[in-house]
Amino acid sequence: MGETVPVREGLFTNAPGGEVRLVGGRCTSCGEHHFPRLPTCPSCSSGACEEILLSDRGSLWVWTAVTAPPPGYRGEVPFGFGVVELPEGLRVITRLTEAVPSRLVFGQPMRLDVVPLHVDDDGRTVVTYAFTPS
Amino acid sequence: MNEHEVQIAGIGLHPFGRFEGTPVTDIAVQAVRNALADAGLGRGDFQAAFCGTAYGGVAAGHKVLDAMGMTGMPIVDVEAGCASGGAALMLASGAIAAGQEKMPKGIIRSSFFEPWREDAGLAATPAYFALRAQRLMRESGVTREHLAGVVVKNRRNGVHNPDAMFRKEVTANEVLASRVVCEPLHLWMLCSPNEGAAAVVVRRGSGGVRVAAAVLRSHLPGNVLSEATPMSGLVDDDVPPPTTLAATAAYEAAGVGATDIDVVECQDTDAARELLSYEELGLCPRGDAGKLADEGVTEMAGRLPVNPSGGLLSKGEPLGASALGQVVELTRQLRGDAGPRQVEGARVALGHTVGRGANASVIVLTR
Repeated sequence: MGETVPVREGLFTNAPGGEVRLVGGRCTSCGEHHFPRLPTCPSCSSGACEEILLSDRGSLWVWTAVTAPPPGYRGEVPFGFGVVELPEGLRVITRLTEAVPSRLVFGQPMRLDVVPLHVDDDGRTVVTYAFTPS
Repeated sequence: MNEHEVQIAGIGLHPFGRFEGTPVTDIAVQAVRNALADAGLGRGDFQAAFCGTAYGGVAAGHKVLDAMGMTGMPIVDVEAGCASGGAALMLASGAIAAGQEKMPKGIIRSSFFEPWREDAGLAATPAYFALRAQRLMRESGVTREHLAGVVVKNRRNGVHNPDAMFRKEVTANEVLASRVVCEPLHLWMLCSPNEGAAAVVVRRGSGGVRVAAAVLRSHLPGNVLSEATPMSGLVDDDVPPPTTLAATAAYEAAGVGATDIDVVECQDTDAARELLSYEELGLCPRGDAGKLADEGVTEMAGRLPVNPSGGLLSKGEPLGASALGQVVELTRQLRGDAGPRQVEGARVALGHTVGRGANASVIVLTR
């Protein structure tokens, strides 16, 4: 892919040779998790949230495929789209590497990956997180 | 007379459809003019205006009344996604409410999504509808045939609505043969964003059609796949959706229960959304939406007809105008003026919209 750049800083870790993990938040007041990381807890409104690396494994909860480019999107279609449930008790909206819905089943194990989206004006490949059947 | 009673004094509509070259203000003027004529009111006869619109831009309502030379009163523009008209009506006791919309075609671009979600392809509104549909299928035993059945029912009703955009009956096979937009939703299971306007004049008074409740509720945290769409990933299994919050409050305010309702206009942005609304509005127990449809309860000939106007699947959806469009339809039903789509003897009517925000409005009209 050459030089890559994340679609947004602070969304996931992707150090060369390092592991890919989603960067979430955990509220030190109520203990609930959230993703992406927020300054204010969406469960209890507390401002006491700490950064936490979320599990890179989960199970498939709902899924579909996007067949036409959504607004603002410059990448390829179709692509898989769904929600993966993490052990932390989170349901994460995510791209899926599988774009054929009939090949996926409810509850199947999924693992985190990084996928290319498009090449930006500086020739860098913009990447984002996605889940893939494991 | 109860001084807190609010009645529908007049209704007006501009047909829903595509009107190339017609500015949104002109569309709204027609609806407002019709509503005022229906109420027998003119310039200086009303004291405030509330305009619901999602994409009308700054001062949308001001432009409409300015075009009619009716300025000088408080004019308030209200945005609450698909529930904008419901929000306007909630604010409009003793005033005039209007909803109007001019819409982009195709998938609606929304400032709701952060830029990175657009870049990642996650600003795909129909995909969220599809995920919601799949969840309903899993949790309520709803099938593809149920989804197609909603389209068949609503399009059949819409044949009799001259203000609808689509006025041709369709078969379940045709619906299932239309292209897949996002599995399990086919193109004909999704309503078309379009243009139109609805206006309602309300005033204090009893008799005729009464606004028994007009309630807007916005989401609680965690409505991942409810209308709040993505966001922070919280599990929402125990979180009541905004539609249920609005319905509960509306039933209490109106002094009616779900079993008292004679006719419903509900949000059928997609076919699954109508079925989910049966459950969220308490028209049937959780998990029984498919069963309610199977029993024919929501057909025109059933005990509780839903979307006699043809719903958004027939009318198309001008976001800001859809809630007041329902009020226009339900007022006609309660007046006995609905012609071939009349629900005989209707006395209690419910209108429901829900959309981005998440915002839901539930309106109960009685006569």
